[in-house]
Amino acid sequence: MANSADGKLSETNSSAPLNYLNCQRGFLSWALTLDHKRIGVLYLVSIMASLGLGGLFAMLIRAELIAPGETIVKEDTYNQFFTLHGAIMIFLFILPGIPAALGNFVLPIMLGAKDVAFPRLNLASYYLWLVGAVFFLVALVTGGLDTGWTLYVPYAFQTDTRVLTAGLGAFILGFSSIFTGINFIATVHTMRPPGMTWMKMPLFLWSLYATAIIQVLATPVLGITLLLLAAELVLGLGIFDPAKGGDPILFQHFFWFYSHPAVYIMILPAMGIMSEVIPTFSRKHIFGYKFIAASSVAIAFLGFLVWGHHMFTSSQSVMAGTIFSLLTFSVSIPSAIKVFNWLATMYKGSIALDTPMLYALAFLLLFGIGGLTGLFLATLSANVHLHDTYFVVAHFHYTMMGGTLIAFLAGLHYWWPKITGRMYSEFWGRLAAIGVFVGFNLTFFPQFVMGSRGMPRRYHDFPDKFAIFHFLSSLGAFLTGLAMLTALAYLLHSLFRGRRAAANPWGSATLEWQCASPPPKENFTEPPRVGDPYDYDNLTYDAENECFVPMNASP
Amino acid sequence: MLGQVGSGLAQLVVPALVGQSSTGSFWLPPPDSVASGAVDHAFHFVMYVSYFFFALIFGLIVLFVVKYRRRPGAEAVKTAKSSLALEATWSLIPLALTIVMFYLGFVGYVELRSPPERAYEISVLARKWSWQFTYPDGTIDNNLHVPVGEPVRLVMTSDDVIHSLSIPAFRVKMDVVPGRYTRTWFQGKELGTYDLYCTEYCGTGHSDMLASVVVHEADDFRAWLKAAGDVLGNNPPAKAGEILFRRHGCGSCHSTDGTPRVGPSLQGIVGQTHAMADGSSAAVDENYIRQSILEPGTKIRQGFRNQMPTYKGRLNDQEITAIIQYIKSLN
Repeated sequence: MANSADGKLSETNSSAPLNYLNCQRGFLSWALTLDHKRIGVLYLVSIMASLGLGGLFAMLIRAELIAPGETIVKEDTYNQFFTLHGAIMIFLFILPGIPAALGNFVLPIMLGAKDVAFPRLNLASYYLWLVGAVFFLVALVTGGLDTGWTLYVPYAFQTDTRVLTAGLGAFILGFSSIFTGINFIATVHTMRPPGMTWMKMPLFLWSLYATAIIQVLATPVLGITLLLLAAELVLGLGIFDPAKGGDPILFQHFFWFYSHPAVYIMILPAMGIMSEVIPTFSRKHIFGYKFIAASSVAIAFLGFLVWGHHMFTSSQSVMAGTIFSLLTFSVSIPSAIKVFNWLATMYKGSIALDTPMLYALAFLLLFGIGGLTGLFLATLSANVHLHDTYFVVAHFHYTMMGGTLIAFLAGLHYWWPKITGRMYSEFWGRLAAIGVFVGFNLTFFPQFVMGSRGMPRRYHDFPDKFAIFHFLSSLGAFLTGLAMLTALAYLLHSLFRGRRAAANPWGSATLEWQCASPPPKENFTEPPRVGDPYDYDNLTYDAENECFVPMNASP
Repeated sequence: MLGQVGSGLAQLVVPALVGQSSTGSFWLPPPDSVASGAVDHAFHFVMYVSYFFFALIFGLIVLFVVKYRRRPGAEAVKTAKSSLALEATWSLIPLALTIVMFYLGFVGYVELRSPPERAYEISVLARKWSWQFTYPDGTIDNNLHVPVGEPVRLVMTSDDVIHSLSIPAFRVKMDVVPGRYTRTWFQGKELGTYDLYCTEYCGTGHSDMLASVVVHEADDFRAWLKAAGDVLGNNPPAKAGEILFRRHGCGSCHSTDGTPRVGPSLQGIVGQTHAMADGSSAAVDENYIRQSILEPGTKIRQGFRNQMPTYKGRLNDQEITAIIQYIKSLN
């Protein structure tokens, strides 16, 4: 992206005012930048490369599973495919995705600030991410990983793949995540502009704030778990290995004590994007602001109390299972509150089906299905039947991909003009959005059916009665892959040929749309006017420039 | 392939979405154990609630997008920015529904986890990548044979990593953990043969770690057990070897038709000389096979990994002799 930005700017230097992309040049101006926007762009390029790699493994998985028996690879290679797909998607893409890439870019500008509270810590978090990613790649090329992303013991002690390398990678990535979290908490607390009280903050900031709390409180537990795992691998301590008197179920408790809250690190920022995109494209004030804000915090809190629902069949006691089931149902309420408030926001609005809004509507449907199928899994007896089947695979893809990835795409298209200063092709944008939606459903809906009929997950081969579902699923995956490549193509194309973006192409009322697109180095040349982030009354459409302008300003 | 796709599509397009009966529904296999009913009851309740809420979300989106789509001259209409009554409605109704779900799930779960006192007990040993079921009289089999209408309790442990025993038709699943015993139970209602899967990822042969559950009439079950008990006495050596080969799950990794799997195929192997992973070579004879069964790590064929667990203590000398006879018969 650095290169393309340079290429584009050489032609525009004379006419375009200085912005964060063209104010400094050269490799070092990017590698040592403390500008949150450039760090955001570095993250964006990096996590999208990770998404590509993780997606490639997804395609390989589906190619193997398109028919029963061995299709393209043997068992051991297949086991590496699904492990690497999961580990890369979770640790390198979804966890940092929205907060570190889009959040980094948008959060300070939404606050009308120049930067985050700790710019150096911000750059450090990016480099930790890079080091962690390098550990993953080293693991990948020196022997891979075949434990599943969950690293369950004692299998992780018995495999001859690179558990230690990948584990250290995840450990380092954890610190990257903690640094981002600390930074966002400090920034939101100390750098809100005069007039922006907690209850007047854009909801995206509320969601990033709630996310940051989980990042700071939960991620250390991942670090501890991985250190214990490393101690056992290197020093031979018997903490988790039953052969040495350890307890493998203890590992699962440790692992999910982080990894379930981590699910909310993944979904909360996605919900924050919904709370910006839906009101903007409906030109309606967000409905139930306080309830949406409070539900983010409630989800962050309740998310810590439900990890045991991954272990209903692990031999955990009936009493523990009962309590975890009850607590798990409680998390569904704040999620439901959000969905209903977003729907109420659209009521009597003026709904424009631009690409970001298409993704937002896709999110409502897909996350709706993801959430509702979560109820089956929270139900103790149904969980016993569905656990570790394709039903679970479909459920978490509907939440993580149908939720987080779709919201990431909504946010990416929404803020693309701000980040790059260019508009992408709306036609291709909508086409790709529809392609992703159709392909996604074709991939994962059949997985609910085969899962509830008993098809176990992580299988290299399967009985013929499941063949049709796997076939449809693979077809859907390839369609999704094609649509994603289309999106990549027109986004890249827009960097060179895209129409120049105005300051406020969508008519949003949050502060980042008051500065130029792309923003100048210090974000604002004059202090932004702080008002209600969801009041669109003062914005009027300027048809000539295809953008929105404040009523009282002359066009 | 096309025919398969066609019949599969028909299955998808003509779903008895709401149908539920003793023959199963679109979503669930037939409920063939006593506890299945309670599980399916909870499943179907959540399913109907989900259908309703999905239809509601989908319907509202379509309605709003059609009715309020942006067009010239039509502005957004200001409505209330919040409403406590609405928030209470869409918090409390879902809350009440989830409490019902919790209760239904809890009732079924307690049933699944509470075996009747006088259950027939079978011990289960899971290992990479086969199941071994041991009956009260010491008979061992790789498939699970049970009498119909009688509660069966499984007491399970693993030799290596965590496995999980899953019988979808009975709605039963429980992890099998090394270093401890886990328990589950079921009571078959219908005669028949059902699939049993390993559902906890356990490495190379995970998707081959399958077994059948055979539900017999009580009398047939006793007869099966009697015949299965004395393999060596009831069969000529090569035949006995074949039965033992199957029961101990050897076939999960070793084919008998020449196809290499996790381990080498055993077809025609006796009398051949093979290159080993360490560069040496070895001729396959009775002693080689015996050593490979008891100390599998000492000689590894080139192109294969050291994956096989030892069968020391699981097979006695007579049984090994029978298995050698069987392997020789594959030449």
